[in-house]
Amino acid sequence: MSTSRVLLGFLILLFCVAPSLSLYEDQVGLADWHQKYIGKVKQAVFHTQKAGRKRVVVSTEENVVASLDLRRGDIFWRHVLGENDGIDQIDVTLGKYVVTLSSEGSILRAWNLPDGQMAWETFLQGSVHSKSLLSVQASTKMEKDSLLLVFGKGFLHGISSIDGDILWRKEFHGESLEIQKIFQPVDSDIVYAVGLVGTSEFHIYQISAKNGDILKHNSAVFPNGFYGEPSFVTNDMLVALDATRSSVILISFTGGDISFHQTYVVDFGQEFSGTATILPSKTVGFFAVKVDSTVLLMRVKGGNNLELAEKIGDPAVISDALFLSDSQQAFVTVQQDESTIHLTVKLDNDLRSGLLKESIKMDQQRGLIQKVFINNYVRTDRSHGFRALVVMEDHSLHLVQQGDIVWSREDGLASIIDMTTSELPVQKDGVSVAKVEHNLFEWLKGHVLKLKGTLMLASSDDIVELQGMRLKNSERNKMTRDHNGFRKLLIVLTKAGKILALHTGDGRVVWSLLLPYLRQSGACQHPLGLNIYQWQVPHHHALDENPSILVVGRCGTDTDAPGIFSVIDSYTGKERKSLRLSHSIAQVIPLPFTDSSEQRLHLIVDTEKHAHLYPRSREALGDFLHEISNIYWYSVEADKGIIRGHSLRGNCFLEVADDYCFDSQVLWSIVFPSESEKIAAAVTKKLNEVVHTQAKISADQEVMYKYISKNMLFVATVAPKASGDIGSVTPEEAWLVAYLIDVVTGRILHRVTHMGAQGPIHAALSENWVVYHYFNLRAHRYEMSVIEIYDQSRADNKDVWRLLLGKHNLTSPISSYSRPEVAVKSQTYFFTHSVKTMAVTSTTKGITTKQLLIGTIGSQVLALDKRYLDPRRTLNPSQAEREEGIIPLTDSLPIIPQSYVTHSLQVEGLRRIVTIPAKLESTTLVFTYGVDLFFTRIAPSRTYDSLTEDFNYALLLLTIIALLIAIFVTWVLSERKDLRDKWR
Amino acid sequence: MKSCEAILRLSPLLLLLLIAPSSLALSSSDGYTINGRVKINGMGASTFGLPAKTSNTKVILNGGQRVSFIRPDGYFSFHNVPAGTHLIEVAAMGYFFSPVRIDVSARNPGKVQAALTENRRGLNELVLEPLSEEQYYEVREPFSIMSILKSPMGLMVVFMVFVVVIMPKLVENMDPEEMKRAQEEMRNQGVPSLSNLLPNNRS
Repeated sequence: MSTSRVLLGFLILLFCVAPSLSLYEDQVGLADWHQKYIGKVKQAVFHTQKAGRKRVVVSTEENVVASLDLRRGDIFWRHVLGENDGIDQIDVTLGKYVVTLSSEGSILRAWNLPDGQMAWETFLQGSVHSKSLLSVQASTKMEKDSLLLVFGKGFLHGISSIDGDILWRKEFHGESLEIQKIFQPVDSDIVYAVGLVGTSEFHIYQISAKNGDILKHNSAVFPNGFYGEPSFVTNDMLVALDATRSSVILISFTGGDISFHQTYVVDFGQEFSGTATILPSKTVGFFAVKVDSTVLLMRVKGGNNLELAEKIGDPAVISDALFLSDSQQAFVTVQQDESTIHLTVKLDNDLRSGLLKESIKMDQQRGLIQKVFINNYVRTDRSHGFRALVVMEDHSLHLVQQGDIVWSREDGLASIIDMTTSELPVQKDGVSVAKVEHNLFEWLKGHVLKLKGTLMLASSDDIVELQGMRLKNSERNKMTRDHNGFRKLLIVLTKAGKILALHTGDGRVVWSLLLPYLRQSGACQHPLGLNIYQWQVPHHHALDENPSILVVGRCGTDTDAPGIFSVIDSYTGKERKSLRLSHSIAQVIPLPFTDSSEQRLHLIVDTEKHAHLYPRSREALGDFLHEISNIYWYSVEADKGIIRGHSLRGNCFLEVADDYCFDSQVLWSIVFPSESEKIAAAVTKKLNEVVHTQAKISADQEVMYKYISKNMLFVATVAPKASGDIGSVTPEEAWLVAYLIDVVTGRILHRVTHMGAQGPIHAALSENWVVYHYFNLRAHRYEMSVIEIYDQSRADNKDVWRLLLGKHNLTSPISSYSRPEVAVKSQTYFFTHSVKTMAVTSTTKGITTKQLLIGTIGSQVLALDKRYLDPRRTLNPSQAEREEGIIPLTDSLPIIPQSYVTHSLQVEGLRRIVTIPAKLESTTLVFTYGVDLFFTRIAPSRTYDSLTEDFNYALLLLTIIALLIAIFVTWVLSERKDLRDKWR
Repeated sequence: MKSCEAILRLSPLLLLLLIAPSSLALSSSDGYTINGRVKINGMGASTFGLPAKTSNTKVILNGGQRVSFIRPDGYFSFHNVPAGTHLIEVAAMGYFFSPVRIDVSARNPGKVQAALTENRRGLNELVLEPLSEEQYYEVREPFSIMSILKSPMGLMVVFMVFVVVIMPKLVENMDPEEMKRAQEEMRNQGVPSLSNLLPNNRS
């Protein structure tokens, strides 16, 4: 009996300390997933000439240059350029370098095509803003150096493509001249540069490609003026629109003589009377004009005559031309109806009959086609086959070939704006969502393999099988709620106005929806998604209803543009309700009340400081009016340096009476002096944060009560001079002031100044502490400071007698209006890296110790125990303090490589880290997004409340069997001994 | 320091070449150029340039204001940098680099001052080397008897062996009278004792 009890105790003790702090290499992918994206493709260049790997090089709006596998769409290599290093143009030169022109034409880089290693980099000087143009000589002689023509910052450069040396440069920005196009005809030594002065004066320069000398310069004035930029038709002809946008002007400059030829669009048909736009395309002898909703494909015939080649109904997209041979070119036009896209490949000498017609089913949630790039291949029967790269409205990228989509990339996920989570449905009897559970034999086999793995007896084949078995564990990909709360839906809003639900198990897209109101339309030219909230989370009353989310957006880039409001079912992805609001959206405040169907009440504050209540129902209004006197909010006007507190006053005074509109009043305001302080960061707590213990007991039996208020706001201001980048000010001119503000009363709880410090400031606020990261100019290192705030008014409650006699204030209501005495402890540490973003882990009950998640400049996420940022760390902690877990003081925070939660992966373009509590108290789900996505779950104090997934049941079973055998054997032995004794 | 000395010894000619481009070059317009080199020790011999796994190495100025990439020979440069004190960081997976403080002086154009911020070590040349390699994974202990014994199961087995083999021996070695007394005491207390379970308690 006692043996077993002892053993049991032993077992429990040992399981509790099972290590799970960091990751073994073979555990990668068990709880985490990583997805690589590139963003919306701006430009694509195919590279398929040579045998071997077929690839396409793309540049995107997320400043990514990448080489993609044309067969499967995987990324061969990828580079994310700096935030303000936007890519203007890319091209391939010499058949081995990818050339990118970025930063408005000032940086030219060449990347090795096979592996993406940078070959050379050239900086192009200049200070004038101008167009940036890149032109690669289309030379047939591969072995020779080919000249790169780059126009940027007002200079034309001739650059060697072997090493990036600037061969010559020529200034071109005098007299408000704007160069529009540069080009060099094939195998010619003359470079043409075409520009406009003002809107009507047309200039053409002929420049020697050898040394950049101007050989010839001609100019002519077109009296009516041009609209927009001209585009090429042939090597000696340009096309432009006149200022009224009603006629097309052909500009021919054969031999340097400029002549204009005007043709009215109406001449091609009376119905084309609207304003015209020239669609950008590069097809020799053709150009496309869009009038109203029709695209007119024009052909230039014999000198200056225009011929209407074809009318194409909108929406239509035309690709650039592709030369099949010297005399023949092909291009593709794409039209779209409801859910199919029609691809027509045409040859320039035979327009009527398309060379190839294909219809491809395309998911309607992908929206309209935006761009198409065409490439050809030679089939076995020597005929031409075509493939097209298609960019859709939701920023996704598809390769289309032979009437099929070969691969798709969901690249809209590279530009997530906001995210929220949703629970999955509860598993019901009879409804089998899961796949077939594997049988006992497989279960045993898996565990035997695991056992072999732990005993290091497994062969490499076994390890591969084991890894595969672990990764496709069907348990984590089920579409139902699980006991531990690991399975959820991550609902994200992307820049394209698309909502996608990702499964936490493997990151697959469960459903997606292109919000109709967030699409470009006549009523709304520049819609913009703003935020996403949980609208309805049923758990008690309305369990049979599906949860839903709220998406808010605005119709335009100005803050006073009218709002968009949409409620979406989280399980099905169908829109339940959507509105175009009559008011703007400045702030959305989820209120802590729900109506009978558990819809959360939201208050939307517009720019005129009116508050609008949603949902607009009598019941919600009743509940709201009941609590109206307890509703306060604050607003931060960073540009003016003002923080204001607001409350509600009663209904609005509008022309049309609106019961759901309320007037607000300013209760308090904090005005920072604009000459010395500028708001750099304002951080508040997570709304759903739970605090488990109100008090902290130190080693010497001292009780400290945490000051826990949901209304605490951390604000940091910097000196206005020091609001720029590092290196722009001296330490004497820079300071940083950190404030802790109660946003109900406007009371400043604490204020501290760091001299010689500057931003960027990243902060995380949780429980009763705030941690912020900034740059110390004196030490020239980054620092992280922690402020912990304690409630002194309750400090007297530690006397047991007073508690017994009822002389304590523990039961007195905590109100923001009471002014408790607070005490503050703080400490500052050095931190090595720059930080992109910062977050705190959050768990269901708040018992587990916290970790800070720091997104470093290398796009990794570092988990740092809060214990390292304890203000009570001292150089020599006493024995009691050590027992409490206080670490001896060091001047800098440790960076332990094993505590990177992203392990050996990088989340390129990291923007935000979101922590979501799982149902299991020890575990936090972490979702990180930027250009890439990364999801994992972490246990800051190890998984003390469950066995790890690595737990080996087979070993346990084996041990038990061994023990049973041992008992049996000893029993037999003892029987024999007994018998022998009796015979003696 | 070490790296610079190493170059020095390698070839004075190379050093001459290095000094010129590695310091600051005065530019006509509004800024200066910072040139430097990243050096990662490859397998065995220390080489400039990069092992294969670090082709995605970035050099970052002032916490993300500019991002530059390195050439195959390890060189990188930032152009149009205003005078002042700047910070350069190197992001390379698998290596830990100290940020570097760079003083770009407006008065003495062409003068570079660089220092590692982690250990305040000055650099004569802007040659950046990792302070250490980073291992992102725990290393699995190789199979050993001790690790088995240390595991919960192993301890259970050890304990069982102890109970089955050694305990009887201990009990046998005890003085029989003393043992009888002890057994009686235990019986009186009514607590099931360990020796009750043992085979030789009936003797």
